[in-house]
Amino acid sequence: MAKALDYESLNENVKKTAYAVRGELYLRASELQKEGKKIIFTNVGNPHALGQKPLTFPRQVVALCQAPFLLDDPNVGLLFPADAIARAKHYLQLTSGGLGAYSDSRGIPGVRKEVAEFIERRDGYPTDPELIFLTDGASKGVMQMLNAIIRNENDGILVPVPQYPLYSAAITLYGGSLVPYYLEEEANWSLDFNNIRQSIASARSKGITVRAMVIINPGNPTGQCLSEANIRELLRFCFLENLVLLADEVYQQNIYQDERPFISARKILFDMGPPLNKEVQLVSFHTVSKGYWGECGQRGGYFEMTNLSPKTVDEIYKVASISLSPNVPGQIFMGLMVNPPKPGDISYFKFEQESKAIMESLRKRAHIMTDGFNSCRNVVCNFTEGAMYSFPQIRLPARAIEAAKSAGKAPDVLYCLKLLEATGISTVPGSGFGQKEGVFHLRTTILPAEEDMPAIMESFKKFNDAFMEEYEDYRGYSRM
Amino acid sequence: MGSDATAPVTVESINPKVLKCEYAVRGEIVTHAQRLQQQLQTYPGSLPFDEIIYCNIGNPQSLGQQPITFFREVLALSDHPALLEKPETSVLFSSDSIARAQQILSSIPGKATGAYSHSQGIKGLRDAIAEGIAARDGFPANADDIFLTDGASPGVHNMMQLLLRSESDGILCPIPQYPLYSASIALHGGTLVPYYLDEATGWGLEISELKKQLEDARSKGITVRALVVINPGNPTGQVLAEENQKQIVEFCKNEGLVLLADEVYQQNIYVDDKKFNSFKKISRSMGYGEEDLPLVSYQSISKGYYGECGKRGGYMEVTGFSSSVREQIYKVASVNLCSNISGQILASLVMNPPKPGDASYESYVAERDGILKSLARRAKALEDALNSLEGVTCNKAEGAMYLFPQVRLPEKAIEAAKEAKKAPDAFYALSLLESTGVVVVPGSGFGQVPGTYHFRCTILPQEDKIPAIISRLTAFHESFLNKYRD
Repeated sequence: MAKALDYESLNENVKKTAYAVRGELYLRASELQKEGKKIIFTNVGNPHALGQKPLTFPRQVVALCQAPFLLDDPNVGLLFPADAIARAKHYLQLTSGGLGAYSDSRGIPGVRKEVAEFIERRDGYPTDPELIFLTDGASKGVMQMLNAIIRNENDGILVPVPQYPLYSAAITLYGGSLVPYYLEEEANWSLDFNNIRQSIASARSKGITVRAMVIINPGNPTGQCLSEANIRELLRFCFLENLVLLADEVYQQNIYQDERPFISARKILFDMGPPLNKEVQLVSFHTVSKGYWGECGQRGGYFEMTNLSPKTVDEIYKVASISLSPNVPGQIFMGLMVNPPKPGDISYFKFEQESKAIMESLRKRAHIMTDGFNSCRNVVCNFTEGAMYSFPQIRLPARAIEAAKSAGKAPDVLYCLKLLEATGISTVPGSGFGQKEGVFHLRTTILPAEEDMPAIMESFKKFNDAFMEEYEDYRGYSRM
Repeated sequence: MGSDATAPVTVESINPKVLKCEYAVRGEIVTHAQRLQQQLQTYPGSLPFDEIIYCNIGNPQSLGQQPITFFREVLALSDHPALLEKPETSVLFSSDSIARAQQILSSIPGKATGAYSHSQGIKGLRDAIAEGIAARDGFPANADDIFLTDGASPGVHNMMQLLLRSESDGILCPIPQYPLYSASIALHGGTLVPYYLDEATGWGLEISELKKQLEDARSKGITVRALVVINPGNPTGQVLAEENQKQIVEFCKNEGLVLLADEVYQQNIYVDDKKFNSFKKISRSMGYGEEDLPLVSYQSISKGYYGECGKRGGYMEVTGFSSSVREQIYKVASVNLCSNISGQILASLVMNPPKPGDASYESYVAERDGILKSLARRAKALEDALNSLEGVTCNKAEGAMYLFPQVRLPEKAIEAAKEAKKAPDAFYALSLLESTGVVVVPGSGFGQVPGTYHFRCTILPQEDKIPAIISRLTAFHESFLNKYRD
């Protein structure tokens, strides 16, 4: 009798799916760590894992929500400030029975209202809490939307290259087609509309119906902050080409330059007025995992729908209801993030201090890393304008590329594996994100502690220069 | 709003599998109940009842059940580890909750509960769960076989995604079933192959019925990939006898099926003559090891006596698969990075609660037994009440959290339902809601033998509310029958 479930009989789409962030390099790094080697994990945007401390106020509030019996204790004021106590009571009241009860499948109505108020303050336009769904992390929301959009392999989704591989993985899992559009590395990873038009035309000529377009702003892995002009052109493009825009804005709090502050796609859409503001379909994503909160482990996120018909929203609600509800503590983190302590609150000063320190340090580290990479032989690195990553281009010598071929590995995978073995720095090869043919990168995070950065960059430089020594032909010598 | 004809994402152009799937537990009747609830808030006294009582969903803490104190102490300390450095903490928290929080935090790299963990869940927590499984079953469990998930449901979706290649792939599901299964199968483009539980014999699972349905499906060109067994059952509440479980294991082995064992109600047993046995224990006790039977066992923190639905915690224990298949399971899990840490911690506490001698042990036992005894009493009270209604028969709830009575509806009621364009049991449930404020789920949401009608009602309202619910239900049922009497 044939085995009930063997590799051959698995869903093909599952087999084709790849997610490099926790792929080959990460698995090798974990192996080495088990063997006792010191590993610096810069493969994923996971701030707390690299020493960033959680903000105090939200942890106080959620701890009180976890153990409401504390609220009745006369000594609670010794351990918790009054505003944390008040806020815990506020959120507990909004739940259907504390943290242990399933909430509305779209999330706690009171928290969604707080999210709506945040969006209105940020953008200057009102929004409807009924069109905001909380999710277990933004990724779940992205997957739900892509699952709703993709009918079969003839449905295409425009995705930036390089991209965060959640998009490629989800499109493959759901049996759709990824339609790539290349960001312009030489122009600071900006959008190239000629390229986008070419991509869409090429896809259509192959019988693909392009349904949606993904933008990641600030970019991942590229970090660029899109200009307002770029976003306007993008929205016009989606209007003309009949695409729903999926705006991944999870890094909106991570901005390290002042020329291009974050402006949400929704704000720009409404600024553009009719007919676009009523016609362009937009889904915007946000999370508690990034920014200066970095609460990845809570799995808190939301998506906001603009100009989707009520029937469509109902169907998306239906699918959300099958999973019953997003986790309640994560929802409370989201409420706290969009509604943080205000001037005058007891906890405001400390909260501001903690937040500022993190943001200033991230900005510094963005510079340290960019400059560090640019000082290395054969390495060119665009500045990390936003998000949490550095994505240097490594100009690999021809002999390194050949060595990789012989080893049966992509050239940047070989480079990153050797980097890992030599220095313990665990990165993700650029091929995991997509890149132009023959151009190689790696992605690392800017998250290692500031005091560790110089040593890490030193270590990288030493490895890189030795690698280039080994594989470059110089003074005309051939080593064949 | 965007014009439906030209806008890219409309009901006409979304994934048809999304359109096809259904989930009655939070379906139409719940939306209606929410509208009535709004109405009561805006116009108190405008309806024949004071409050809506949600008996549609297994959500204990929304109906007043209290969480287990020890668990919440550990969670609060894990969420805000700064508390562990303050002297006042030892006054407010039990000593063993402090010790357990410290132990859990030290198993997390950097004590960072805000960091993404390993995609299967924190290793130290999986070790604790594996120990708990071994203590429960008397057979070893491996931490590497455990995948911690946001509730048990995502684990079910993962397996359906792996198993279903096309409509020609089928999954055997009990009828009646918890509609996560039918929804997930539809979402992943497969075919549900029903096997009927026998209401006359306490919802018995007959192997002959399994065989019949399997052969029937195969004759239609369906490749049946797996068998779903819910034990204790949902909505039916039956606890499988050991003999029965052995037959099921043999059946899967002989027919080359993956066994998907939904065991989320393993701590909800209300009868003394039945005991929970995990399918892992049964198969190991039959001498079947890793090589012999692919088995996925699901557990959740949402049920039992802990009822922590809102935390979204659970796990699947995956045994009997080749390493290449396990890599794929891992890969799919990694796309979402990891499940929420709070839920992971709770799962380890549920599988490894306070032991005799621990400072919190006695209060923990008192809380646990208080809840379980109360659930057993409520199950009995509601079962008796339902059985006393004319034309209603209700099997005993041996376990889980539900009652699933059969209602013999008069012809006139069935016609009225047709005219209202509703399934007869949905018509009954809606009328019940409008007269009493009690929300139940029509049996058609779970599947039933055609021509029979049921509804699922939870046993979860607090004990002091049960008499009122029973009297309202009784009064409604009498008047409904009188209205539609032949």
